[in-house]
Amino acid sequence: MQKPNLVSQRGIKKDKKLSKPQIIKKDFFVNYQVYIMAVPMVIFFILFHYMPMYGIIIAFKDFTVGKGIFESEWIGFENFIYFFNSHYFTRVIKNTVLLSLYGLLWGFPAPIILAILLNELHREKFKRLVQTISYLPHFISMVVICGIIIDFCSHDGLINDLLVMIGYDRKNLLINPNLFRTIYISSNIWKEAGWGSIIYLGTLTNIDPALYEAATIDGARRFRKIIHITLPGIAPTIIILLILRLGHIMNTGFEKIILLYNPMTYETADVISSFVYRKGLVESNYSFSTAVGLFNSAINFGFLLVSNSISRKVSKTSLW
Amino acid sequence: MIYKKTLSEKIFDFVNYFLMVLVAVLCLYPLLYVVFSSLSDPLLLVTQDGILLHPMGFTLKGYELVCKNPNILMGYINTFFYVIAGTFINVIFTAMSAYVLSHRNLYWKKALTVIVVFTMFFSGGLIPFFLQVKNLGLYNSRLALILPSAIVVWNLIIMRTAFLSIPNSLEESARIDGAGDFTILFRIVIPLSAATIAVITLFYAVGHWNSWFSAMIFLRNRNKYPLQLVLREILIANDTSSMTVDEIGLNSANDDKYRVLVQYATTVVATIPILCIYPYLQKYFIKGVMIGSLKG
Repeated sequence: MQKPNLVSQRGIKKDKKLSKPQIIKKDFFVNYQVYIMAVPMVIFFILFHYMPMYGIIIAFKDFTVGKGIFESEWIGFENFIYFFNSHYFTRVIKNTVLLSLYGLLWGFPAPIILAILLNELHREKFKRLVQTISYLPHFISMVVICGIIIDFCSHDGLINDLLVMIGYDRKNLLINPNLFRTIYISSNIWKEAGWGSIIYLGTLTNIDPALYEAATIDGARRFRKIIHITLPGIAPTIIILLILRLGHIMNTGFEKIILLYNPMTYETADVISSFVYRKGLVESNYSFSTAVGLFNSAINFGFLLVSNSISRKVSKTSLW
Repeated sequence: MIYKKTLSEKIFDFVNYFLMVLVAVLCLYPLLYVVFSSLSDPLLLVTQDGILLHPMGFTLKGYELVCKNPNILMGYINTFFYVIAGTFINVIFTAMSAYVLSHRNLYWKKALTVIVVFTMFFSGGLIPFFLQVKNLGLYNSRLALILPSAIVVWNLIIMRTAFLSIPNSLEESARIDGAGDFTILFRIVIPLSAATIAVITLFYAVGHWNSWFSAMIFLRNRNKYPLQLVLREILIANDTSSMTVDEIGLNSANDDKYRVLVQYATTVVATIPILCIYPYLQKYFIKGVMIGSLKG
C-alpha cells in the first residue's frame, strides 16, 4: 500500500534541493511499481533485440556453433569483401531496388485511385459493400494467398486458361523469371489496395462539404472537384505515406518471396532478405549471412533516418 | 442544390459504377473459384478451361479427406493455442510497457523510451535473432512462437499514445484514494482505453493466426505446427521434398487425382473462419489503421 503523503512528493523534478542520487532514489521509491512493470519490458528488449544486435559481431568472425559467438575467431571484413565481390551482390541489390520501385510505382497509386473512385459513389450501401469486399483479400493469410497464386499460375491454372483463350501458349508462369515481379506486385495490389484505401477515405471524410457546395455553385463539375478539392484534400496524407514508404525501400520482406520463388527465378526474385534467409538458415552459413544482413540493416537505418527527418519537417508525423 | 448532370458526368458515373463492380468481382472471384473447384469432380476439373461459374459435378470427397487429415485438426488446435496464449501475453506486456512509457514524472522514462524506439530503426537481423532464440533454449519449444514477439513496438507506441490521452486528474485522484500503479493500470487506464486495447488485441491475434515463418525455423516436431505451416506443406508445391502423399491424407496412389481437390478444400477450410468474422470486426481494424496513421 502506498501512503497518501507520497502524492505530494511526486513533483520530484521541481524540488531543487535534492542532489541527483537523491532524486534517483526518491523516484525509485515513489515509482517502484512502475519500475516493476518495466522489468519484463527491459528483459524482453535485451533478450530479443539487443542481444541479437550484439550477435552481429559474428559477421566479423568465423562463427561455428561449437565455439559460440565469443570464442569464434576474428576474420575482419572477409565476409563483406566476399559479398561485395560475388555475383550475388549486384543481383540482390538490383532485385531489391527494382521490386521496391516497381511496387511503389504501381502499388502506391492504386489505393489512392480506389479511394477517389469510391468517394464518387453516391449510393452508400453499394459503396460500403464494395469497400467490405475490397478488404477481403487483406484478411487471407500469406500462405493461402501464395497457394492460390501458385495454383492460378500453374500449367493448368486459371490464368493460363484465360491466356490460351487470347492466343498464348500454356506454360508455368512462376518459373519464368521475367514474370516474377509482375506476379509479385500485381498480387500485392490485389491483396492490399482495398485495405490501403481506408486511410485515404478516412482523410476524405474530413474535407469540408461546404467546399464541394461552393464549387458546385461556381459551376465546377465532377472532374474539377476531384482535381481541385479531393486531391488537395488527401495530398498531405499521400506525401507522408510516400516519404515513410521511401524509408523502407531497401527493406523488402522475404516471407512472400520465399513462398513464391524457386531456383529458376532467383535471377529476378532473390532480394537481400531472401538471400540472407537462404544463406543463413538453409545453408547454415551464419557469419556470411549475418554480414549481408548487417549491410542491409545499415542501409535501412540510413534510409529510415532520412525519411523520418524529412517527414518530421514536412508534417509532424514521424516514427518518433 | 439540384442540378442536372451533364452527359460527361453521366458517363463518368456509369464507368465508375462499372469499375467498382469490377473491383468487387476481382477481389471476390479468386476465392469463389477456389470454393467451386473444391466441390468439383477432379476429372471434370482437369478438362475444364477458363472461368468456373459453378462446381463441375459435385463431390465432397475433398472435404472428407481434409477432415480425415489429423495434421489439419492438430494445426487448428495449435493455432488456437498460439493465438490465445500469444495474444494474452502480447496485450499484458504491451499494456504494462505502454503504462511505463506514458507515466508522468518518471526519472528513467527518456532512457527507457530510447531503448524501445531505437529498435524500430535498427535490428540485429535474422541470423543473430535466430541464434539468440536458440541459445535461450527455445528451439522446438512452443514458447518460441510467443516470447520473441511479445511486444511489437508499433503497437506499443499506439497504446502509449492512447494512455497519454487519459486525463491525469483521474490517475491522481485514484492515487489519493490509495491506489498503486498496478491498480491504476488495470482498473482505470485499461478500461478507459478499451477501444484501443480491442484494436491492438485484434492486430496481435491476426498476427499470430497468419504467422508461419518463426514456426518453420524454430519448430521441429510436427505436432507443434500451427495451421499455417501445415498449409504451407500442403499448398506450396515448391517444397515437394517434405510433402508426401500420406501427409495430405491420401492413402493410395489411386487417390492421387484428389490431390488438387484436397488443396482447394484445405484452402477453404483454413480461410472461411476468418472471412466469416472480418466483416463484423472491420470497424475495429479501420479504427486501428486510423490511429496508427495519426501519430506513432
